[in-house]
Amino acid sequence: MVPDAEFTSYYGRPVLKAAPWSTDIPAYLFLGGVAGGSSLLAAGADLTNRPSLRRVARLGALTGITLSFGALVHDLGKPSRFVNMLRVAKLTSPMSTGTWILTAYGPGAGLAGGAEIATLLGGTGLLPRWTRPLARLLDALARPAGIGAAVLGSAVASYTAVLLSDTATPSWHEAHRELPFVFVGSAASASGGLGLLGASLADSGPARRLAVTGALVELAAEHRMEQSLGLAAEPLREGVAGKFMRASKILTGCGALLALAARRSRLASAASGAALLAGSACTRFGIFEAGQASARDPKYTIVPQRERVEARRRADAAKLRP
Amino acid sequence: MSDQRHGPVDPASAAGWTDNQPRKGFFTDTSICIGCKACEVACKEWNGVPEDGLNLLGSSYDNTGALGASTWRHVAFIEQPANTAVSSAGPVSLGMPSSVLPGAGSDGESRTDFRWLMSSDVCKHCTSAACLDVCPTGSLFRTEFGTVVVQEDICNGCGYCVPACPFGVIDRRIGEQGTKNVGIAQKCTLCYDRLGAGQTPACAQACPTESIQYGDLDELRDRAHGRVEQLHAAGVPQARLYLDDPADGIGGGGALFLLLDEPEVYGLPPDPVATTRDLPQMWKNAGMAALGLLAAAAAAFAGGRR
Ligand code: SF4
Repeated sequence: MVPDAEFTSYYGRPVLKAAPWSTDIPAYLFLGGVAGGSSLLAAGADLTNRPSLRRVARLGALTGITLSFGALVHDLGKPSRFVNMLRVAKLTSPMSTGTWILTAYGPGAGLAGGAEIATLLGGTGLLPRWTRPLARLLDALARPAGIGAAVLGSAVASYTAVLLSDTATPSWHEAHRELPFVFVGSAASASGGLGLLGASLADSGPARRLAVTGALVELAAEHRMEQSLGLAAEPLREGVAGKFMRASKILTGCGALLALAARRSRLASAASGAALLAGSACTRFGIFEAGQASARDPKYTIVPQRERVEARRRADAAKLRP
Repeated sequence: MSDQRHGPVDPASAAGWTDNQPRKGFFTDTSICIGCKACEVACKEWNGVPEDGLNLLGSSYDNTGALGASTWRHVAFIEQPANTAVSSAGPVSLGMPSSVLPGAGSDGESRTDFRWLMSSDVCKHCTSAACLDVCPTGSLFRTEFGTVVVQEDICNGCGYCVPACPFGVIDRRIGEQGTKNVGIAQKCTLCYDRLGAGQTPACAQACPTESIQYGDLDELRDRAHGRVEQLHAAGVPQARLYLDDPADGIGGGGALFLLLDEPEVYGLPPDPVATTRDLPQMWKNAGMAALGLLAAAAAAFAGGRR
């Protein structure tokens, strides 16, 4: 345990401002992860002919990206001005870069998902005749579009770590080395989980493997992150964030074990998938809340900065000594 | 696109200005601040900044609280047991009511063991401004004076600049619909409109003791160094400059401060860093993670049917 740090502050008030973001943003992180990972699974399932996995993954990607985009716009102070995001492209702004990644990713995921919906509706015979050529065109485009979305999906799943880390929020910034791995692990386990939930046993092998790998990476990277965060790890263990993080570890761990054990049971596979999805959501909410808590308490800003200043002072003094 | 992450000496020309002015800024000498809050009032009046809550905060004379979307100047009040070294230097009279004539009891014995620190805080107009770096719309921009300003007709209120600022300066304005600029990021503009007309910013103009000084940053920095030396010579060893070093984590401030205690006493971060400095490393890590995800997915499909 880190000992209680002594520090001075201005009436205990925060030095930093916490992000003015609502739960839209952790939801956005989670749904973006589901979408990105699902596009990878969808493309793989398409290329290796696993129709039930392809269907759930394509629909998952389409739903995930639509909802996450909605959450992002909803969280703006002036939603009607969303398009202003597209008036510049700034590498120094992870939000700008991310918006462009989403803009590039969206149409591919949308086409692939649209083709899947068309196939589903076509099977029901509800579609009028004249739409058939359109459905065929969609079908032809779905594969290249899906492959494009898969490649960009990996960026969708990972850039959000930079989005959080490139802030002065202590528990987000100090985690900048590990956070991308936590987030892609979380995306893999969530999208694998969705595959286990929705695909047949015959098709769900890759989803199972991706889910288990993702869960392991997430848990390992998360462990490392807590080790290297120092004082800024505290908010991950306390309060609401602590509850989310504990739930995430249990759900992700148990989900992965169950996924391994339940190879022959559709029901148990689905249950493991649901646990993995829930675990991934808890990770995002936990890390989000921990960062917010670390910004609201001046301790996490002042103590490490004061240590840096003192270390520099000592180094300077040592240099002066003969 | 210009890269302002590494704190070039002149941020305005780095931002692409060719006919830029000398970099303008503030030097806030807190040793002569009397806590009158004229700066807070002048700022509100000139910039039409809406009311920000009328509360008694129980923190000495500070009922403003902190900088924010509707507070662009904030005077901090700190009550401290007096430090003997300061007392022996002869504190600046605060003009507080007392039983003797002002100035009559300026000998050592009549002084109380109490000192009051006051400081008017403001946006630092950082050389490496994290708020500006992370702004996804280009609403936050670098002016020809080297200052950092929000274009209120472009900001879409994403709020990203808020956690990015290492000083907790900028915020998204909350309030009822119809409040001026509600939902968008707001902060000190260093009175961009006044500067354009060759005027002094409202706060500096209103400051009765010249605790807030406005001018060319180079000159202000020299003045600040001179003042610190003067105070040291007068026996105030605690006097120190804050954000005067272009080699610090934000490339030096466009607003400098002379403080009489550690920055955190005033609610300022002791070692602020614009986190965009680590951005290349962060993108690299994210890129590696993304490749790892691609590889994991490929491996998941390579491993047979089940
Ligand atoms: S102090 Fe904060 S708001 Fe002001 S320029 Fe620096 S980063 Fe931006």
